[in-house]
Amino acid sequence: METLKIILAEHPFFKDFEAKHLDLIAGCASNVKFNPEKFLFREGEEANKFYLIRSGKVAVEMYGTERGSITIQTIGRGEILGWSWLIPPYLWHFDAHAIELTRAIALDGKCLRKKCEKDSTLGYKLMKRIAYIMENRLQATRLQLLDMYAATE
Amino acid sequence: MFLSSPSMIPQLFSIQNIKNETRDTFTLELVSPDKLNISFHAGQFMMLYVFGIGEVPISISGNPTKTTKLLHTIRAVGTVTKQLKTMKRGDVIGVRGPFGSHWPVDESQGKDILIVAGGIGLAPLRPALLYILAYRQRYRKVTLLYGTRTADDLLFLSEIEQWRARLDLDVYITVDRSSKEWRGNVGVVTTLISKATFEPSKTVAMICGPEIMMRFVSVELQRCGVLVENIFVSLERNMKCAIGLCGHCQYGNIFVCKDGPVFAFPKIQHLFGKREL
Ligand SMILES: Cc1cc2nc3c(=O)[nH]c(=O)nc-3n(C[C@H](O)[C@H](O)[C@H](O)COP(=O)(O)OP(=O)(O)OC[C@H]3O[C@@H](n4cnc5c(N)ncnc54)[C@H](O)[C@@H]3O)c2cc1C
Ligand code: FES
Repeated sequence: METLKIILAEHPFFKDFEAKHLDLIAGCASNVKFNPEKFLFREGEEANKFYLIRSGKVAVEMYGTERGSITIQTIGRGEILGWSWLIPPYLWHFDAHAIELTRAIALDGKCLRKKCEKDSTLGYKLMKRIAYIMENRLQATRLQLLDMYAATE
Repeated sequence: MFLSSPSMIPQLFSIQNIKNETRDTFTLELVSPDKLNISFHAGQFMMLYVFGIGEVPISISGNPTKTTKLLHTIRAVGTVTKQLKTMKRGDVIGVRGPFGSHWPVDESQGKDILIVAGGIGLAPLRPALLYILAYRQRYRKVTLLYGTRTADDLLFLSEIEQWRARLDLDVYITVDRSSKEWRGNVGVVTTLISKATFEPSKTVAMICGPEIMMRFVSVELQRCGVLVENIFVSLERNMKCAIGLCGHCQYGNIFVCKDGPVFAFPKIQHLFGKREL
Protein backbone atom coordinates (compact mmCIF):
# COMPACT_ATOMS: atom_id res chain seq x y z
CA MET A 1 0.00 0.00 0.00
CA GLU A 2 2.86 2.41 0.90
CA THR A 3 4.64 1.67 -2.41
CA LEU A 4 1.38 2.12 -4.30
CA LYS A 5 0.91 5.48 -2.60
CA ILE A 6 4.42 6.54 -3.67
CA ILE A 7 3.76 5.48 -7.27
CA LEU A 8 0.46 7.37 -7.27
CA ALA A 9 2.04 10.46 -5.75
CA GLU A 10 4.69 10.49 -8.49
CA HIS A 11 2.15 10.20 -11.28
CA PRO A 12 1.27 13.55 -12.96
CA PHE A 13 -2.42 12.67 -12.70
CA PHE A 14 -2.23 12.84 -8.88
CA LYS A 15 0.13 15.83 -8.71
CA ASP A 16 -0.72 18.11 -5.74
CA PHE A 17 -3.13 15.61 -4.17
CA GLU A 18 -3.02 15.79 -0.37
CA ALA A 19 -1.53 12.84 1.52
CA LYS A 20 -4.87 11.95 3.08
CA HIS A 21 -6.48 11.77 -0.36
CA LEU A 22 -3.62 9.68 -1.71
CA ASP A 23 -4.18 7.33 1.23
CA LEU A 24 -7.84 7.00 0.33
CA ILE A 25 -7.04 6.39 -3.33
CA ALA A 26 -4.24 3.92 -2.61
CA GLY A 27 -6.82 1.92 -0.64
CA CYS A 28 -8.64 1.34 -3.96
CA ALA A 29 -5.47 0.61 -5.99
CA SER A 30 -3.76 -2.59 -7.05
CA ASN A 31 -0.88 -3.56 -9.32
CA VAL A 32 -1.93 -5.40 -12.46
CA LYS A 33 -0.18 -6.98 -15.44
CA PHE A 34 -1.59 -7.84 -18.87
CA ASN A 35 0.11 -10.13 -21.36
CA PRO A 36 0.00 -9.16 -25.06
CA GLU A 37 -3.47 -9.71 -26.58
CA LYS A 38 -5.12 -9.84 -23.14
CA PHE A 39 -8.24 -7.66 -22.89
CA LEU A 40 -8.40 -5.07 -20.10
CA PHE A 41 -12.10 -4.59 -20.77
CA ARG A 42 -14.73 -5.04 -23.44
CA GLU A 43 -17.48 -2.78 -24.72
CA GLY A 44 -20.74 -3.11 -22.77
CA GLU A 45 -19.16 -4.66 -19.69
CA GLU A 46 -19.52 -2.94 -16.35
CA ALA A 47 -16.86 -0.25 -16.00
CA ASN A 48 -15.58 -0.55 -12.49
CA LYS A 49 -11.90 0.29 -12.97
CA PHE A 50 -9.51 2.78 -14.45
CA TYR A 51 -5.83 2.34 -15.14
CA LEU A 52 -2.61 4.29 -14.81
CA ILE A 53 -0.37 2.67 -17.38
CA ARG A 54 3.17 2.18 -16.05
CA SER A 55 4.72 0.38 -19.03
CA GLY A 56 3.62 -1.26 -22.25
CA LYS A 57 0.88 -0.23 -24.64
CA VAL A 58 -2.87 -0.67 -24.83
CA ALA A 59 -5.06 -0.35 -27.93
CA VAL A 60 -8.51 1.17 -27.51
CA GLU A 61 -10.72 -0.39 -30.16
CA MET A 62 -14.20 -0.65 -31.58
CA TYR A 63 -15.51 -3.71 -33.26
CA GLY A 64 -17.70 -3.53 -36.34
CA THR A 65 -18.90 -6.68 -38.10
CA GLU A 66 -18.01 -5.21 -41.51
CA ARG A 67 -14.55 -3.90 -40.66
CA GLY A 68 -13.48 -5.96 -37.67
CA SER A 69 -11.58 -4.26 -34.86
CA ILE A 70 -10.56 -0.66 -35.50
CA THR A 71 -7.95 0.87 -33.23
CA ILE A 72 -8.97 4.38 -32.27
CA GLN A 73 -6.08 5.22 -30.01
CA THR A 74 -3.13 3.66 -28.23
CA ILE A 75 -2.35 4.49 -24.62
CA GLY A 76 1.11 4.06 -23.14
CA ARG A 77 3.39 4.77 -20.20
CA GLY A 78 2.21 7.55 -17.94
CA GLU A 79 -1.25 7.78 -19.49
CA ILE A 80 -4.68 7.18 -18.02
CA LEU A 81 -7.14 4.69 -19.45
CA GLY A 82 -10.88 4.78 -18.77
CA TRP A 83 -13.42 7.21 -17.38
CA SER A 84 -16.63 5.22 -17.82
CA TRP A 85 -16.40 4.25 -14.12
CA LEU A 86 -17.28 7.84 -13.24
CA ILE A 87 -20.30 8.38 -15.46
CA PRO A 88 -23.54 6.37 -15.27
CA PRO A 89 -24.47 3.81 -16.46
CA TYR A 90 -20.83 2.81 -15.77
CA LEU A 91 -20.39 0.68 -18.91
CA TRP A 92 -17.34 0.54 -21.16
CA HIS A 93 -17.81 2.20 -24.54
CA PHE A 94 -14.81 0.52 -26.15
CA ASP A 95 -12.67 -2.59 -26.04
CA ALA A 96 -9.12 -2.26 -24.74
CA HIS A 97 -6.42 -4.85 -25.13
CA ALA A 98 -2.71 -4.96 -24.40
CA ILE A 99 -0.50 -4.85 -27.50
CA GLU A 100 2.63 -5.41 -25.44
CA LEU A 101 3.21 -6.72 -21.95
CA THR A 102 1.53 -3.94 -19.96
CA ARG A 103 1.91 -3.07 -16.29
CA ALA A 104 -0.56 -0.72 -14.69
CA ILE A 105 -2.14 0.40 -11.49
CA ALA A 106 -5.82 -0.47 -11.50
CA LEU A 107 -8.08 1.80 -9.46
CA ASP A 108 -11.34 0.33 -8.31
CA GLY A 109 -14.00 2.72 -9.58
CA LYS A 110 -16.78 1.52 -7.29
CA CYS A 111 -14.57 1.95 -4.24
CA LEU A 112 -13.46 5.39 -5.48
CA ARG A 113 -17.01 6.52 -6.25
CA LYS A 114 -18.03 5.77 -2.66
CA LYS A 115 -15.07 7.72 -1.31
CA CYS A 116 -15.82 10.63 -3.65
CA GLU A 117 -19.44 10.75 -2.44
CA LYS A 118 -18.22 10.94 1.14
CA ASP A 119 -15.42 13.44 0.52
CA SER A 120 -16.58 16.00 -2.04
CA THR A 121 -13.18 17.75 -2.15
CA LEU A 122 -11.61 14.51 -3.31
CA GLY A 123 -14.52 13.97 -5.71
CA TYR A 124 -14.13 17.43 -7.23
CA LYS A 125 -10.37 17.05 -7.63
CA LEU A 126 -10.72 13.69 -9.33
CA MET A 127 -13.52 14.97 -11.54
CA LYS A 128 -11.38 17.95 -12.66
CA ARG A 129 -8.47 15.69 -13.62
CA ILE A 130 -10.69 13.23 -15.47
CA ALA A 131 -12.51 16.08 -17.24
CA TYR A 132 -9.13 17.38 -18.41
CA ILE A 133 -8.22 14.00 -19.87
CA MET A 134 -11.62 13.74 -21.51
CA GLU A 135 -11.16 17.17 -23.07
CA ASN A 136 -7.77 16.15 -24.41
CA ARG A 137 -9.18 12.99 -25.93
CA LEU A 138 -12.07 14.94 -27.43
CA GLN A 139 -9.68 17.38 -29.13
CA ALA A 140 -7.53 14.51 -30.41
CA THR A 141 -10.60 12.70 -31.75
CA ARG A 142 -11.75 15.87 -33.49
CA LEU A 143 -8.40 16.23 -35.21
CA GLN A 144 -8.55 12.59 -36.23
CA LEU A 145 -12.04 13.09 -37.68
CA LEU A 146 -10.88 16.20 -39.55
CA ASP A 147 -8.49 13.94 -41.45
CA MET A 148 -6.04 16.81 -41.29
CA TYR A 149 -3.15 15.25 -43.20
CA ALA A 150 -5.31 14.27 -46.16
CA ALA A 151 -4.48 15.66 -49.59
CA THR A 152 -7.23 17.61 -51.30
CA GLU A 153 -8.23 15.74 -54.41
CA MET B 1 17.66 45.89 -62.57
CA PHE B 2 16.12 43.89 -59.76
CA LEU B 3 13.86 41.78 -61.99
CA SER B 4 16.81 40.43 -63.91
CA SER B 5 18.56 39.34 -60.74
CA PRO B 6 19.40 35.63 -60.68
CA SER B 7 16.56 34.91 -58.24
CA MET B 8 14.04 35.70 -61.03
CA ILE B 9 15.69 33.57 -63.71
CA PRO B 10 15.27 29.81 -63.45
CA GLN B 11 18.42 27.70 -63.76
CA LEU B 12 18.13 24.41 -65.61
CA PHE B 13 18.37 21.29 -63.51
CA SER B 14 17.89 17.73 -64.69
CA ILE B 15 16.19 14.94 -62.82
CA GLN B 16 18.83 12.45 -61.77
CA ASN B 17 16.58 10.18 -59.79
CA ILE B 18 12.95 9.79 -58.77
CA LYS B 19 11.93 7.86 -55.70
CA ASN B 20 8.33 7.06 -54.97
CA GLU B 21 7.77 7.60 -51.26
CA THR B 22 4.03 6.85 -51.04
CA ARG B 23 1.01 6.56 -53.34
CA ASP B 24 1.04 10.31 -54.11
CA THR B 25 4.41 11.53 -52.85
CA PHE B 26 7.80 11.29 -54.51
CA THR B 27 11.31 12.65 -54.07
CA LEU B 28 13.13 14.28 -56.97
CA GLU B 29 16.89 14.37 -57.03
CA LEU B 30 18.02 17.27 -59.20
CA VAL B 31 21.48 18.10 -60.52
CA SER B 32 22.74 21.03 -62.51
CA PRO B 33 24.36 20.23 -65.87
CA ASP B 34 26.67 23.18 -65.12
CA LYS B 35 27.72 21.44 -61.87
CA LEU B 36 26.20 24.26 -59.85
CA ASN B 37 26.29 23.65 -56.13
CA ILE B 38 23.29 24.77 -54.15
CA SER B 39 24.05 25.73 -50.60
CA PHE B 40 20.97 26.27 -48.52
CA HIS B 41 19.69 26.46 -44.98
CA ALA B 42 17.36 23.86 -43.49
CA GLY B 43 13.78 24.98 -44.09
CA GLN B 44 14.36 27.04 -47.23
CA PHE B 45 12.46 26.42 -50.46
CA MET B 46 12.98 26.58 -54.22
CA MET B 47 10.60 27.55 -57.01
CA LEU B 48 10.32 24.61 -59.41
CA TYR B 49 9.23 25.50 -62.93
CA VAL B 50 7.72 22.96 -65.30
CA PHE B 51 8.01 24.52 -68.72
CA GLY B 52 4.69 25.58 -70.18
CA ILE B 53 2.80 24.47 -67.05
CA GLY B 54 3.79 26.63 -64.12
CA GLU B 55 5.91 27.19 -61.07
CA VAL B 56 5.47 25.95 -57.49
CA PRO B 57 7.29 26.59 -54.22
CA ILE B 58 8.71 23.35 -52.78
CA SER B 59 10.90 23.00 -49.71
CA ILE B 60 14.30 21.42 -49.98
CA SER B 61 14.23 18.01 -48.29
CA GLY B 62 17.93 17.15 -48.70
CA ASN B 63 20.95 17.42 -46.47
CA PRO B 64 22.26 20.99 -46.05
CA THR B 65 25.77 19.65 -45.50
CA LYS B 66 25.72 18.08 -49.02
CA THR B 67 25.27 20.64 -51.76
CA THR B 68 25.91 18.79 -55.02
CA LYS B 69 22.28 17.79 -55.54
CA LEU B 70 18.90 19.18 -54.69
CA LEU B 71 16.25 16.99 -53.11
CA HIS B 72 12.56 17.83 -53.11
CA THR B 73 9.81 15.66 -51.67
CA ILE B 74 6.55 16.52 -53.36
CA ARG B 75 2.94 15.53 -52.97
CA ALA B 76 1.02 15.53 -56.22
CA VAL B 77 -2.05 17.64 -55.53
CA GLY B 78 -2.65 19.84 -58.57
CA THR B 79 -1.56 21.01 -62.00
CA VAL B 80 2.17 21.46 -61.52
CA THR B 81 2.87 18.86 -58.89
CA LYS B 82 0.92 16.20 -60.83
CA GLN B 83 2.93 17.06 -63.93
CA LEU B 84 6.16 16.76 -61.93
CA LYS B 85 5.06 13.27 -60.89
CA THR B 86 4.91 12.17 -64.52
CA MET B 87 8.47 13.29 -65.27
CA LYS B 88 11.29 10.89 -66.02
CA ARG B 89 14.96 10.63 -65.27
CA GLY B 90 16.87 13.09 -67.49
CA ASP B 91 13.94 15.50 -67.88
CA VAL B 92 14.83 19.15 -67.30
CA ILE B 93 13.01 21.68 -65.12
CA GLY B 94 13.71 25.27 -64.13
CA VAL B 95 14.80 26.04 -60.58
CA ARG B 96 14.97 29.35 -58.70
CA GLY B 97 16.21 29.82 -55.18
CA PRO B 98 16.93 29.04 -52.43
CA PHE B 99 14.43 31.39 -50.81
CA GLY B 100 13.12 32.26 -47.41
CA SER B 101 13.98 31.97 -43.77
CA HIS B 102 15.16 28.77 -42.09
CA TRP B 103 14.89 26.61 -38.99
CA PRO B 104 17.00 27.99 -36.12
CA VAL B 105 19.36 25.02 -36.00
CA ASP B 106 22.51 26.97 -35.14
CA GLU B 107 20.75 29.19 -32.62
CA SER B 108 19.38 26.10 -30.83
CA GLN B 109 22.72 24.60 -29.84
CA GLY B 110 22.80 23.42 -26.25
CA LYS B 111 19.03 22.91 -26.21
CA ASP B 112 16.67 19.95 -26.31
CA ILE B 113 15.25 19.72 -29.82
CA LEU B 114 11.73 18.62 -30.58
CA ILE B 115 10.89 18.13 -34.23
CA VAL B 116 7.18 17.69 -34.78
CA ALA B 117 6.02 16.72 -38.26
CA GLY B 118 2.58 16.05 -39.68
CA GLY B 119 2.17 14.34 -43.06
CA ILE B 120 4.30 15.90 -45.83
CA GLY B 121 5.60 18.32 -43.15
CA LEU B 122 8.44 15.92 -42.48
CA ALA B 123 9.99 16.92 -45.84
CA PRO B 124 10.85 20.54 -44.88
CA LEU B 125 12.02 19.34 -41.45
CA ARG B 126 14.29 16.60 -42.77
CA PRO B 127 17.17 19.02 -43.55
CA ALA B 128 16.96 20.35 -39.97
CA LEU B 129 17.12 16.85 -38.55
CA LEU B 130 20.00 15.84 -40.84
CA TYR B 131 21.91 18.99 -39.91
CA ILE B 132 21.36 18.39 -36.19
CA LEU B 133 22.44 14.76 -36.55
CA ALA B 134 25.57 15.88 -38.45
CA TYR B 135 26.51 18.03 -35.44
CA ARG B 136 24.78 15.87 -32.86
CA GLN B 137 27.16 16.66 -29.97
CA ARG B 138 26.10 20.33 -30.05
CA TYR B 139 22.57 19.52 -28.90
CA ARG B 140 20.99 17.93 -25.85
CA LYS B 141 18.11 15.51 -26.27
CA VAL B 142 16.78 15.27 -29.84
CA THR B 143 13.28 13.92 -30.48
CA LEU B 144 11.24 13.42 -33.62
CA LEU B 145 7.44 13.19 -33.32
CA TYR B 146 5.82 12.26 -36.61
CA GLY B 147 2.16 11.69 -37.41
CA THR B 148 0.51 10.65 -40.66
CA ARG B 149 -2.92 9.60 -41.82
CA THR B 150 -2.11 5.90 -42.25
CA ALA B 151 1.04 3.76 -42.15
CA ASP B 152 1.07 3.85 -45.99
CA ASP B 153 1.62 7.62 -45.84
CA LEU B 154 4.89 7.46 -43.90
CA LEU B 155 7.73 9.16 -45.76
CA PHE B 156 11.43 8.18 -45.80
CA LEU B 157 10.66 4.71 -44.42
CA SER B 158 14.12 3.18 -44.68
CA GLU B 159 15.71 6.28 -43.21
CA ILE B 160 13.23 6.29 -40.33
CA GLU B 161 14.36 2.76 -39.52
CA GLN B 162 17.96 4.02 -39.30
CA TRP B 163 16.87 6.98 -37.15
CA ARG B 164 14.98 4.64 -34.82
CA ALA B 165 18.09 2.52 -34.36
CA ARG B 166 20.13 5.49 -33.11
CA LEU B 167 20.63 5.82 -29.40
CA ASP B 168 21.01 9.60 -29.61
CA LEU B 169 17.65 10.23 -31.24
CA ASP B 170 14.16 9.41 -29.92
CA VAL B 171 11.64 8.69 -32.65
CA TYR B 172 7.90 8.48 -31.97
CA ILE B 173 5.49 7.77 -34.79
CA THR B 174 1.72 7.67 -34.81
CA VAL B 175 -0.99 7.15 -37.40
CA ASP B 176 -4.57 8.39 -37.38
CA ARG B 177 -5.93 5.14 -38.77
CA SER B 178 -4.32 1.80 -38.26
CA SER B 179 -4.36 -1.38 -40.25
CA LYS B 180 -4.13 -4.87 -38.78
CA GLU B 181 -0.36 -4.98 -39.36
CA TRP B 182 0.38 -1.71 -37.57
CA ARG B 183 1.81 -2.31 -34.09
CA GLY B 184 2.72 1.28 -33.33
CA ASN B 185 0.87 4.26 -31.85
CA VAL B 186 -2.58 5.28 -33.04
CA GLY B 187 -3.88 8.83 -32.53
CA VAL B 188 -2.99 12.31 -33.77
CA VAL B 189 0.52 13.71 -33.40
CA THR B 190 -0.41 15.85 -30.37
CA THR B 191 -0.88 12.62 -28.38
CA LEU B 192 2.85 11.90 -28.77
CA ILE B 193 3.89 15.00 -26.84
CA SER B 194 3.06 13.48 -23.47
CA LYS B 195 4.99 10.31 -24.37
CA ALA B 196 8.24 12.12 -25.17
CA THR B 197 10.75 13.12 -22.54
CA PHE B 198 12.27 16.58 -22.87
CA GLU B 199 12.97 19.50 -20.60
CA PRO B 200 10.32 22.04 -21.66
CA SER B 201 12.12 25.19 -20.50
CA LYS B 202 15.24 24.17 -22.47
CA THR B 203 13.43 22.97 -25.58
CA VAL B 204 13.29 24.42 -29.06
CA ALA B 205 10.38 23.00 -31.07
CA MET B 206 10.26 23.01 -34.87
CA ILE B 207 6.84 22.16 -36.25
CA CYS B 208 5.65 21.59 -39.79
CA GLY B 209 2.37 20.19 -41.02
CA PRO B 210 -1.16 21.35 -41.74
CA GLU B 211 -1.88 24.65 -39.97
CA ILE B 212 -4.51 23.14 -37.75
CA MET B 213 -2.00 20.56 -36.56
CA MET B 214 0.64 23.23 -35.88
CA ARG B 215 -1.91 25.25 -33.93
CA PHE B 216 -2.84 22.35 -31.66
CA VAL B 217 0.77 21.19 -31.27
CA SER B 218 1.88 24.67 -30.20
CA VAL B 219 -0.93 24.94 -27.65
CA GLU B 220 0.00 21.55 -26.22
CA LEU B 221 3.71 22.42 -26.10
CA GLN B 222 3.02 25.68 -24.28
CA ARG B 223 0.84 23.80 -21.84
CA CYS B 224 3.82 21.51 -21.15
CA GLY B 225 6.02 24.54 -20.46
CA VAL B 226 7.82 25.11 -23.77
CA LEU B 227 8.39 28.86 -24.14
CA VAL B 228 6.32 30.34 -26.93
CA GLU B 229 9.35 32.14 -28.38
CA ASN B 230 11.08 28.75 -28.72
CA ILE B 231 8.34 27.38 -30.96
CA PHE B 232 8.94 27.65 -34.72
CA VAL B 233 6.54 26.78 -37.52
CA SER B 234 6.66 26.82 -41.30
CA LEU B 235 3.76 28.41 -43.17
CA GLU B 236 2.48 27.59 -46.63
CA ARG B 237 0.87 30.28 -48.74
CA ASN B 238 0.36 30.71 -52.46
CA MET B 239 3.45 32.23 -54.03
CA LYS B 240 4.40 33.75 -57.31
CA CYS B 241 7.60 35.78 -57.17
CA ALA B 242 9.07 34.34 -53.93
CA ILE B 243 11.08 37.50 -53.32
CA GLY B 244 8.59 39.90 -51.77
CA LEU B 245 7.58 41.69 -54.97
CA CYS B 246 4.21 40.48 -56.11
CA GLY B 247 2.36 40.58 -52.79
CA HIS B 248 0.73 37.17 -53.30
CA CYS B 249 1.87 35.88 -49.94
CA GLN B 250 1.58 39.15 -48.04
CA TYR B 251 -0.27 39.72 -44.76
CA GLY B 252 0.12 43.26 -43.49
CA ASN B 253 3.83 43.80 -43.20
CA ILE B 254 4.66 40.08 -43.43
CA PHE B 255 5.69 38.35 -46.64
CA VAL B 256 5.60 34.59 -46.16
CA CYS B 257 8.09 34.13 -49.03
CA LYS B 258 10.88 36.25 -47.61
CA ASP B 259 10.08 36.74 -43.90
CA GLY B 260 9.07 33.04 -43.78
CA PRO B 261 8.25 30.30 -44.44
CA VAL B 262 9.81 29.58 -41.02
CA PHE B 263 8.57 31.90 -38.29
CA ALA B 264 8.88 32.12 -34.53
CA PHE B 265 5.37 31.30 -33.40
CA PRO B 266 4.53 34.62 -31.66
CA LYS B 267 5.23 36.49 -34.89
CA ILE B 268 2.56 34.73 -36.96
CA GLN B 269 0.12 33.45 -34.38
CA HIS B 270 -2.45 35.93 -35.70
CA LEU B 271 -2.18 34.51 -39.24
CA PHE B 272 -3.19 31.01 -38.24
CA GLY B 273 -6.53 30.09 -39.68
CA LYS B 274 -6.60 33.13 -41.96
CA ARG B 275 -7.74 32.45 -45.50
CA GLU B 276 -5.51 33.37 -48.42
CA LEU B 277 -6.11 36.99 -49.37
C1 LIG C 1 7.20 27.61 -48.74
C2 LIG C 1 6.46 26.44 -49.26
C3 LIG C 1 7.04 25.19 -49.21
C4 LIG C 1 6.37 24.07 -49.71
N1 LIG C 1 6.98 22.86 -49.64
C5 LIG C 1 6.36 21.79 -50.16
C6 LIG C 1 6.99 20.51 -50.15
O1 LIG C 1 8.11 20.35 -49.67
N2 LIG C 1 6.35 19.49 -50.69
C7 LIG C 1 5.08 19.63 -51.23
O2 LIG C 1 4.53 18.64 -51.73
N3 LIG C 1 4.45 20.80 -51.25
C8 LIG C 1 5.07 21.88 -50.73
N4 LIG C 1 4.44 23.09 -50.76
C9 LIG C 1 3.08 23.15 -51.31
C10 LIG C 1 3.14 23.26 -52.81
O3 LIG C 1 3.72 24.49 -53.18
C11 LIG C 1 1.72 23.18 -53.37
O4 LIG C 1 1.21 21.88 -53.14
C12 LIG C 1 1.76 23.43 -54.86
O5 LIG C 1 1.98 24.78 -55.04
C13 LIG C 1 0.47 23.02 -55.51
O6 LIG C 1 0.58 23.40 -56.86
P1 LIG C 1 -0.14 22.65 -58.02
O7 LIG C 1 -0.01 23.47 -59.25
O8 LIG C 1 0.31 21.24 -58.10
O9 LIG C 1 -1.64 22.63 -57.52
P2 LIG C 1 -2.80 23.68 -57.89
O10 LIG C 1 -3.25 23.35 -59.27
O11 LIG C 1 -2.36 25.05 -57.58
O12 LIG C 1 -3.86 23.23 -56.84
C14 LIG C 1 -4.75 22.15 -57.10
C15 LIG C 1 -5.52 21.77 -55.86
O13 LIG C 1 -4.62 21.34 -54.83
C16 LIG C 1 -4.88 22.02 -53.65
N5 LIG C 1 -3.61 22.20 -52.95
C17 LIG C 1 -2.66 23.11 -53.23
N6 LIG C 1 -1.64 22.97 -52.37
C18 LIG C 1 -1.96 21.96 -51.54
C19 LIG C 1 -1.30 21.33 -50.44
N7 LIG C 1 -0.11 21.74 -50.02
N8 LIG C 1 -1.93 20.31 -49.83
C20 LIG C 1 -3.13 19.88 -50.24
N9 LIG C 1 -3.79 20.44 -51.27
C21 LIG C 1 -3.22 21.46 -51.91
C22 LIG C 1 -5.50 23.32 -54.06
O14 LIG C 1 -6.32 23.82 -53.02
C23 LIG C 1 -6.30 22.91 -55.26
O15 LIG C 1 -7.54 22.41 -54.89
C24 LIG C 1 5.08 24.22 -50.26
C25 LIG C 1 4.48 25.49 -50.30
C26 LIG C 1 5.15 26.57 -49.80
C27 LIG C 1 4.51 27.91 -49.87
S1 FES D 1 5.38 35.44 -53.42
FE1 FES D 1 5.48 37.44 -54.21
S2 FES D 1 5.54 38.61 -52.43
FE2 FES D 1 5.70 36.62 -51.65
